Amino acid sequence: MKFGILISEGPYTHQAADSALRFTKAAIKAGHEIDRVFFYHDGVNVGTRLSIPPQDERNLQQEWSALAKDHGVDLVICIAAAQRRGLLDENEAKRQGKDANNIADGFRISGLGQLIEMGILSDRLMTFGD
Amino acid sequence: MSETVKKFLYVNRKAPYGTIYALESLEVVLIGAAFDQDVSLAFLDDGVFQLTKGQDTKEIGVKNFSPTYRALGDYEVTKLYVEKESLAERGLSADDLQELVWEDEDDDYAEKPSIRIIDRTEMAKLMANQDVVLSF
Repeated sequence: MKFGILISEGPYTHQAADSALRFTKAAIKAGHEIDRVFFYHDGVNVGTRLSIPPQDERNLQQEWSALAKDHGVDLVICIAAAQRRGLLDENEAKRQGKDANNIADGFRISGLGQLIEMGILSDRLMTFGD
Repeated sequence: MSETVKKFLYVNRKAPYGTIYALESLEVVLIGAAFDQDVSLAFLDDGVFQLTKGQDTKEIGVKNFSPTYRALGDYEVTKLYVEKESLAERGLSADDLQELVWEDEDDDYAEKPSIRIIDRTEMAKLMANQDVVLSF
C-alpha cells in the first residue's frame, strides 16, 4: 500500500513526529511505499538542522534525514508554516534577505499543494497530530 | 497532475483563536481548491466557533480571518457541514453563524447557502464516506 504521512505537531513537545517515524520505518520494512512525509503546523520544526537534543536522547531530525537518504522518502516542509516559524532554506533566506538558513539534509521546503497531491496519489493518508 | 477526483474532508475541531489550527486549516482549503477535488468542510466541537459572525480580535492582536470564509464559495468550496449538537452544547444556533453562500452556475447563478447543519449520526456517515480526511 502507498501511504502519505502528515505530521502536524512539533518535535519533543509532542509524540507525533516519533510515532510517524516508527510507523514509517515499520511500513517500509513491511514492504509498503511511503513516498512523501509532509510537515505542517509546528511539525515543520522537525526539519531544522540546528536542534541539539541531549546526547542520551533521540535525535528526530537525524533519524528523518537518514530515512530520506536510505529510502528516498520525500520530506516536505510547508513553506507558509515554515516562514512563520523561522525555517528557511538557502534560496528562501536569500530571497527574504535573511542571514542564515537551517534546513536539514533530506528535507525540502514547498507549498501546501504537495499535501493535497499526496492525498490524491496515496492509498491512505495518515495524520500524526494532536 | 492526476485526474483522480477524491473526496476530501477538512475537519475543524478547534476555536478560531488561541491556536493556529483553524487559520492553517483554511490555508490548506484555499490551496487545495485549485486541485478540483470533491471538497467538504466539517465544523464540530469548538470548531463551530470558527463560523460565528461578529468576530472581533482587536484586543488580542491577532488577525480576524473570519471574512475569508465568505470567499470559499468563489473557490467552489460549497459544502460546509456544521454539527448540530456541537452548536447546541455551546449555546449557539444557526443564527449565530455567518451567512455563507455560493453561486450555482447551473441555476442562473442563484445564491445558495453553503452551511448545512447536520446531526452527529449524519456527521459520522459523512466522515465514513470520504477518501481523505484532514483533521485540524
